[in-house]
Amino acid sequence: MTTVKYWQAINRALHEEMARDDRVLVIGEDVADPGGPFGATKGLLEAFGPDRVRDTPISEAAIVGAALGAAMAGYRPVVEVMFLDFVTVAMDQVVNQAAKVSYMSAGNFAAPMVIRSICASGRRTGPQHSQNLEAWLAHVPGLKVVWGSTPADARGLLKAAIRDDGPVYVIESLVEWSTRGEVADEDEIVPIGVAAVRREGTDLTLVTWGGAAPRAARAVAQLEDVSVELIDLRTISPWDRETVLASVRRTGRLLVVHDAVVDFGVGAEIAATVATECFDELVAPVRRLGAPYAPAPFAPHLEAAYLPQPEDIVSAVLETIRTVRKAS
Amino acid sequence: MTAVRSQDVGVDRELAIDLYRTMRRIRQFETTAGELFAAGELPGFIHLSIGQEAVAAGVCAALDDADYITTTHRGHGHCIAKGGRLREMMAELYGREGGYALGRSGSMHIADNTVGILGANAIVGGGIPMAVGGGYAAQLAGRGQVSVAFFGDGAVAEGVLHECLNLAELWQLPVVFVCEHNGYAEMTPVSKHLANAEVTDLAAAYGMPAEKVDGNDVAAVLTAARAATARARSGAGPTLIEARTTRWRGHFEGDPQKYRAREEITAMTERDPLTHWRDVLHAAHGVPPAELDQVDADIADLVGAAVEAARAMPLSDPGGLSRHVYPEGAR
Repeated sequence: MTTVKYWQAINRALHEEMARDDRVLVIGEDVADPGGPFGATKGLLEAFGPDRVRDTPISEAAIVGAALGAAMAGYRPVVEVMFLDFVTVAMDQVVNQAAKVSYMSAGNFAAPMVIRSICASGRRTGPQHSQNLEAWLAHVPGLKVVWGSTPADARGLLKAAIRDDGPVYVIESLVEWSTRGEVADEDEIVPIGVAAVRREGTDLTLVTWGGAAPRAARAVAQLEDVSVELIDLRTISPWDRETVLASVRRTGRLLVVHDAVVDFGVGAEIAATVATECFDELVAPVRRLGAPYAPAPFAPHLEAAYLPQPEDIVSAVLETIRTVRKAS
Repeated sequence: MTAVRSQDVGVDRELAIDLYRTMRRIRQFETTAGELFAAGELPGFIHLSIGQEAVAAGVCAALDDADYITTTHRGHGHCIAKGGRLREMMAELYGREGGYALGRSGSMHIADNTVGILGANAIVGGGIPMAVGGGYAAQLAGRGQVSVAFFGDGAVAEGVLHECLNLAELWQLPVVFVCEHNGYAEMTPVSKHLANAEVTDLAAAYGMPAEKVDGNDVAAVLTAARAATARARSGAGPTLIEARTTRWRGHFEGDPQKYRAREEITAMTERDPLTHWRDVLHAAHGVPPAELDQVDADIADLVGAAVEAARAMPLSDPGGLSRHVYPEGAR
C-alpha cells in the first residue's frame, strides 16, 4: 500500500494503463505540456510521447468526436473534458454518437473510450463550473458513468473504464483533489457496477456517491444511537441494484444523498426502484437529500447552503428513523 | 470548373466502366427505395442523393477498404460506393433482422467495419469529428490510410465543422473533407443559410488546401480525390473538396418542394452525372450504349434481388431489443 493524493491516484492509473496498452491515448485541453489543469496528466507526455498524449484546441465536440473515431478505429482514447459543465457543448458526440455506436451498428463497431471530467462542486466555481450533471449522462443507454470518491476508487474505476469496450464517463471530484488515501501497489481494478459498503448498519441505508460521499461519511460518524449502512455507489450507471436492494431489505429505510439538484436526479431512480422492489420491507418513506432547484451558486456561504452538509444529513437520517407508519 | 476528359486523368476503360457501374448502383438503389417508400413498404424517412452520384463514386474510387468514411443522412451513395452490401442496406431500410443493424437504425445509420464505413449519421455535422478521429488513428497506425468526411453545405453552418477543420490542419491529419454542395440545407437555399457560399474560402481560413470541382463530373471528382488522398497518405495533411452538385429530390421523400420551381429541378436533370459519363464512355472509350444498357439491366437485377431478399427476411426480434447496448464479446 502507498498513500497518495486523489489526483495522484488518477495520474497513476493513466501512467499504468498507457504503459500496459499502447492503444491507450490521452487527449484534451492542457493535458500534455501543462500536465493537466490540476496535474492529473502530469508526466504522460514525457513518458509516452506526443503521438499518444496531445494538447487540443478548446473544441469539446471535435475532440470527443475525434476520440470516438479513433476508438472505432481500434484505439482506446481517454479524452479530458476539463469541467463536467463543458460536456454540454459536446453532447451530440456523447449522446447521439459514442453512446449509440455499438447499438446502431449491432455490434459491428464499438467505442472503447473514456471521457474524464472534473466536477468542481464545493470549490466555489459558480453556476457554469460546478454542476453535478451525472443524471444527464446516466439517462443515456450505452454510456456508463463512474465516480470515485477515494483515491483508490478514482484509480481503480479509471483503469476499469479504460479497459471497458464501450464509452465510460469518469467523473472526478475537485473537492477531493488533495485528499490522501491508500492505494494498492499492485494492479487494482474497481469493477464497474459494484458499489462499496463503507460501513455496515441495521437501521437505515444511506446511498451516496461523488462529492457528497465524504460529507455523508462524516455525518454517519457523528451518529451514535443510529446504525447506518453507508453505501458509496461508485458507478452511477449501471448502478448496483443488488447491493442497495439487499441493504434496504435489511434496514427497511433508505436515504439517498447527492450534490445534484434533487428534481429529476439519480436519487429519483434509486428511490423509485427501492419503492417498487422493497415495498414489503420499507418501514419509512424513501427520502432524498440534495441541492435545491437552483443553479449552483458561487459565494462560499451560498454554496454551503446549497450542498447537503453533514448536519443536514444527520437531520435527514434522524427524521427518517423517527417517521412511524400510522396503524392501518 | 473546366471539364476534365476521362483520358486526361488516368481513367482507363475498365475504371471508367466501374465508375459508371457505381453510379448506376446508387441510382438504381435509391430510385427503387423511393418507389418502395412511396408505395408504403418502407417506414420512417428516407433522404435520396439522386443527382449527386458522381461525388460518392469519384471520391470512393480513390479509397481502399482500409480507408475510413463518415457520411450523412443522405448517405446511401457513399456507403454503396465504399463497398456497402446492397442486401443488408435494403434490409435495414425495411427494418428486418438481416439488415446491417438488425433493423434498429434504419436508412441513416449504415455502418460496416469490413469496408471502413464508420457510419452514416442522422445529425448534421455529427460524423465529421469521427472522420477526424479516423484520421488520427490512421496517422498513429502509419499505414497510409485516409479518412474522409462527407457532408453537405448545410453542415457548413455547424460549428463542429470549423472545430474539425482547425484540428485536422493543426495535427496534419490524413483527412479529406468532402462538401457535397447541393445548394440546400434541407429546404433552405444556400442564399439564406450561408454568408459565404464559397466553401473553399473557409478552408483557406485554416490554411488548408481546397479545391472546387464539378460534382456531377465523376472524372473531375476523382481527380481531386486522388490529389487529396495522395497528399493525405504522404503525411502532408488534410484537404477540403467542394463538389458542386444537384439534389433532384426533396429533402426527404414526400417533401412537396414548394420552396423551389419545377424548372429548377428540370434544369438539374440536364446535368445528369450518369448521362454525362455514358457520353464520355462512348466518345473516349468507344463503349457502345448497348453494353451500358446491359450494365443497367444487371444492376436492376441485383437491386431487385436485394429487395426480394429483404422482403423474405423475418422482422427483427423485439426480444433482442437490448442487445449491443453495451459491446458484446472481447475486443
